[in-house]
Amino acid sequence: MRRQGLLLALALAAAIVLPLVAPGYLVEVGVLVFFLAFIGQSWNISGGFAGQTSFGHAVFFGTGAYTSTILQITFGWNAWLAWPAAVVAGAIVGWIIAILSFRAGLRGSYFALITLAFAEAFRILANSVSFTHAGLGMLIKADPRPANFQFRDPIWFYYLALALCIVSLLIAWQLTRDRFGARLVGVRENEDAARALGIDVFAEKVKALTLSGAIAAAGGTFYAQKYLYIDPNIAFGVDKSIEMLLVTMVGGAGTIFGPLLGALTLTGVNEATRALASIVPALKNVQPLSLIVYGVMLILIVGRLPDGLARLFHRVQRHA
Amino acid sequence: MLDPGILFAGVLNGLMAGGIYVLVAVGLTLIYGVLHIINFAHGSLLMLAMYAVFFLWRLSGLDPYAALPIVIGAAFAFGYLLYRLVIGRLSHGRDENILLITLGVSIVIDNVALLLFGGNTQTVETPYASSFVQLGDAFLPLPKIISFVASLLICALLGLFLARSDTGKAIRAVARERQGARLVGIDVDNIFALSYGIGIACLGAAACLLMPTYYVTPSSGHAFVLVAFTIVVLGGMGSFAGAAVGGLIIGVVESLGGLVLGEQLGQIGISAIFILILLLKPSGLFGVRQ
Amino acid sequence: MNRSIRCPLSRRTFLAGTALAAGSPTILRAQPAPVKVGLIHPVTGFVAYNGQQSRLGATMAIDDLNKAGGIKSMGGAKLEPLLGDSQSKVEVGVSEVEKMHEQGAAAYIGCFQSPVGIAASQAAAKYNTPFLIDVGASDLLVTRGLKNVFRLKPGFGVCVDQGIAALDSINKAAGSPAKTAVIVHESGEFGTGTSKLLSGKLPSIGINVKEVISHDNPTRNFDNIALRIRSVAPDLVMMSNYQNEYVLLARTLYQQKVNLAGFYSFLGGGFNYKFVKEMPDVSQYMMDTNHWFNPKSEKAQALKKRVEATKALFTYELYLSYSVVMLLADALEHAGSADKEKLLAALAASTFKAELMPYGPTKFVDGQNQGGRAMTLQSLKGDIEVIAPAEFASAKAVFPRPKFT
Repeated sequence: MRRQGLLLALALAAAIVLPLVAPGYLVEVGVLVFFLAFIGQSWNISGGFAGQTSFGHAVFFGTGAYTSTILQITFGWNAWLAWPAAVVAGAIVGWIIAILSFRAGLRGSYFALITLAFAEAFRILANSVSFTHAGLGMLIKADPRPANFQFRDPIWFYYLALALCIVSLLIAWQLTRDRFGARLVGVRENEDAARALGIDVFAEKVKALTLSGAIAAAGGTFYAQKYLYIDPNIAFGVDKSIEMLLVTMVGGAGTIFGPLLGALTLTGVNEATRALASIVPALKNVQPLSLIVYGVMLILIVGRLPDGLARLFHRVQRHA
Repeated sequence: MLDPGILFAGVLNGLMAGGIYVLVAVGLTLIYGVLHIINFAHGSLLMLAMYAVFFLWRLSGLDPYAALPIVIGAAFAFGYLLYRLVIGRLSHGRDENILLITLGVSIVIDNVALLLFGGNTQTVETPYASSFVQLGDAFLPLPKIISFVASLLICALLGLFLARSDTGKAIRAVARERQGARLVGIDVDNIFALSYGIGIACLGAAACLLMPTYYVTPSSGHAFVLVAFTIVVLGGMGSFAGAAVGGLIIGVVESLGGLVLGEQLGQIGISAIFILILLLKPSGLFGVRQ
Repeated sequence: MNRSIRCPLSRRTFLAGTALAAGSPTILRAQPAPVKVGLIHPVTGFVAYNGQQSRLGATMAIDDLNKAGGIKSMGGAKLEPLLGDSQSKVEVGVSEVEKMHEQGAAAYIGCFQSPVGIAASQAAAKYNTPFLIDVGASDLLVTRGLKNVFRLKPGFGVCVDQGIAALDSINKAAGSPAKTAVIVHESGEFGTGTSKLLSGKLPSIGINVKEVISHDNPTRNFDNIALRIRSVAPDLVMMSNYQNEYVLLARTLYQQKVNLAGFYSFLGGGFNYKFVKEMPDVSQYMMDTNHWFNPKSEKAQALKKRVEATKALFTYELYLSYSVVMLLADALEHAGSADKEKLLAALAASTFKAELMPYGPTKFVDGQNQGGRAMTLQSLKGDIEVIAPAEFASAKAVFPRPKFT
C-alpha cells in the first residue's frame, strides 16, 4: 500500500507539472486523456461496479452538453451556473432510463441495447427540433474569459480536466470502501443472491445509473465549453458511447484506475499510430494503416489481458 | 392526410426493404442465440461481402445474383475462420471480451478495406435495374422484388436446415443449453464457429441482393446494423422466425413512419419500437422468456 | 610519426574560396528553411474519400510549387506539408493543430467538415496562425470575428443566391414550366442551412416549395421519399446532400420513373464525373450549382488531365485545396516571410487570382472571399457542361427534361 501511495503521489505531481514544461500538444493530449478518464469513470460506475453494460452512455453526455449550451445561448445563463444544471439534467435522464429499464426487468444485453436505443432517439430528436437548432448544431460564442467557463490558455482546461479526473477517481475509491459500492458489486456478481441478502436491487441500480448520468453530463458541458460547438452526432453519437465503454473495459471495469489506464493507453495508441501514417507522405493514403494498427492493438490488449490493464497493477478488491 | 394508395405503396416499399433487413438480422440473431454475443463486426463484414460482389462483377462481369453461391460460400468460410482463429481464440470465452474483440475486428476490417479499395463509392450496374413492376401507386423495382423473394427463400432454407439437419439440431442444442450439449458429446467450439460462419453467410447473401440497388464504400455496412439490432430484439434475441417477421415489420414501420412523420422523425419510429418492445415484452415476439 | 597530409585544396584556392564566401553570401547561404503547412483532413472514416481528395489537391499544389522554385521572395523556400488526419472528430482535429504548432506550422489548411474546421481554426487562433478553409460550407466558419480564418470558396449563401438566379433565367428561357418544388436535404448543418435559404428565396422567383424532406446520413433507401415526391408531383426536385445519398436518390427517382421538369441541386455531393460517366442515364439532364473549376482555364484543363491520368477523379475538393495552397503561396510571396503578423496582413490584403477557378480577384471581408462564385452545371451525354454564368458556359441548358415514356 505504501508503495502504491508513493507511486500515486509521484504520478499526481507529474500530472501537475506536465503542462508547465511540456509542449502545447502534450497538454492537449493530457486534456483528452483526463476527460476520457472522467467520462469513462461514469460508465464504470454503472457498467463496471454495478455490472450494467450500457451501449448508449452518450445519451447522458449529450444531455449535459445540450443543457448547458441551450441555457447559455437561448436563455443567457452564465456557463458556470449552467454546468450544475446540466449535471442535474444528466441525473434526471439517468434516473428515468433506469426506472423504465429496470422496472421492466431488463438485464445484460437487453439493457445494453435499450440504452443504445435511447441515445439514438435523443440524437434523432436533437436533429429534428429547432430547440437544439436541429442539424445546424449549436455554437457557443467565443469569449475566452474565466467568467464564461472559457479559457484562453489551454492549461486551465488541462487542470480542470485533471481535477475532474481526480474527483471521479475519488468517487470510485469511495465506492470500493462504502456500503453502496459493496451493494453494487453484490448486484453485479449475482442479482438473485443480492436480493436474497436483502439488497433492494432495483433501487441500487437506479442510484448507480443516476450518479453515472450526472457525471457523464458534467463531461458533456466540459466538452462543449472546450470546443464551443456541438451537434447531434457529436453529442449523442455512437462513437462517444463506444469510447466511454472502451476505455473502461480495456483499462479494467470495476476498478478505480481502469478508466484512466484505458484512456492513457488508447489515446496513446491513437496518437502514436496517427503520427506513424503521417510521416510517410510519399506513400499516398496509408493513413488507414494507423487505425489498422489501433484495431490490432485493441484486439491484442483484450486478448492478452482479459481482465483489463488495471489487473496488472493490483489485485482485485473483493467485498465479502 | 396521405391517401390509401400512397400508404399501400408505402407498405409494399417497406416489405421490400424489410427483405434485406431480414437477412442481416437473421445472421445477427443466430450469432447471438448460439454465442450470446452481439457481433459488432456485423456491419464491417457486410461491407466486405458487398465488395466481394462488386469485384466479382467488375473483374468477370458476374451478375450479383449469379454470384450468390460463391459469395455465400466465401462468406461462410471467412466467418468460420475469423471465429476459429481470432474471436474464439482471443476471447477466453468471456462475453464482454468478445464484444471488444469484434469491435477491434470491425475497426481493422473497415480500415483494411479503406486502404486496399480506397474511399470512393462503387456501384454495380445491371441491365434489369431499371425494370419495375407497377402495382397501383407502387413502382417496385425488379431488383427489390427479387431480393425480397430470394431473402425469404434463403431464410426458409436456413430454417429448414436448422430444424431438420443434424448440424442444425446441434446448433439449436448449443443455443439452448451449452453445457448440456457439451456433455452429450457435441463439439461446442466447432458449433460456435459454424454458427458464426452461417451468420456471416447470411451477410453474403444480403450483399448480393443489395448491390444492384445500393452502393459500397468502406463504411456502408454500418447503416444496416443498427436497424438489425432493433429487429433482433423485436423478434426475440436468438429467435430465427422472430428475426424474419421482425424484419418485415420494421421495414413497414420505417416506411409508414417516414411517410407520415417525415423521413427524419420517422426514423424515431424504429427507436421507439425498440424501446417499447424492450420495456413491454423484452423477449420479443417469438423469444423465450428469460 | 611523420604525418604529411596532402590538402586537396592549395592554399591559394582555399583563400580565394574564403574571400568568395565573404563577398558573396547568397551563393553559399544554406537552403532557406521550409515553410511548414499543416493539412488537416478526414482521410479515414465516413468521408475518407473527400478528405483524401483534399489532401491530394493540397500536396499536388505544394509539389508543383516547390518544383517551380518555391517562394521566390523568401529565397526559394519550399513548402513542407504536415499531414494530419482529423478522423472526422473535433478533438482529433484540434490535437493535430496543437501537434503541428509544435512542429512549427506557419499556416493550416482544412478541414472538410465544418465542426472540425470551426474548432480547429479556433485553436489556431490562440497562436495567431492563419487557418485557410479549403472546404467547409457553414457560415459559422467566418462569422466568429476571428482574424486568422480565411475562406477562399464562397459560402453557401452566395451559392444559393447564384443558383437561384441561374434557375430563374433557365426557367424563364423555357417559358417558366417550373412553378413548384420539393426540397430534399441531409439533416446536418450543410443540408439544413441550404434548405432554409432555399425555402426563403424560391418564392421570390415564382417557385412554390410544396414540401421539405430531411433525411439522415446514411439513408438506406429512398423509395418512400420517391413515393412522396411522386404524390406531391412537383416540377422540380432540389437536393442538398452528400455523395452517396445524392446518387442513391437520383437512381431511385430514375428507377421509379418519377416525372419532373428538372433536378436542380445545390452543392450536390454526388454531382461529379464519376456519377455522369458511370450512370449516364440517371444523371442525364440533372443540374447542379456547385464549386467548379473554370473550364476556360488552361491551367485547370492541364491539371484535370494530370489527375485523370493517375486514375483519380477531378473533384472540387482537389482543385479547391490546390487553389488554397496557391493563395497561401501568393501571400507568402507578398509577405516575404512566414512571420505570422506579416502573413495575416498579406492574406487579408490579398488580391490573388485563383487561376483554376472562375473567381474574380480575391477580396477578403471578415475572412470570407467576396470574389468567389459557384457555377451551374448540367450532365449532358455523359459529360458535365457549364450552363451558367454565360461567360463560362460550355453548353445551353436543356430544360425541361423529357418525360419518361
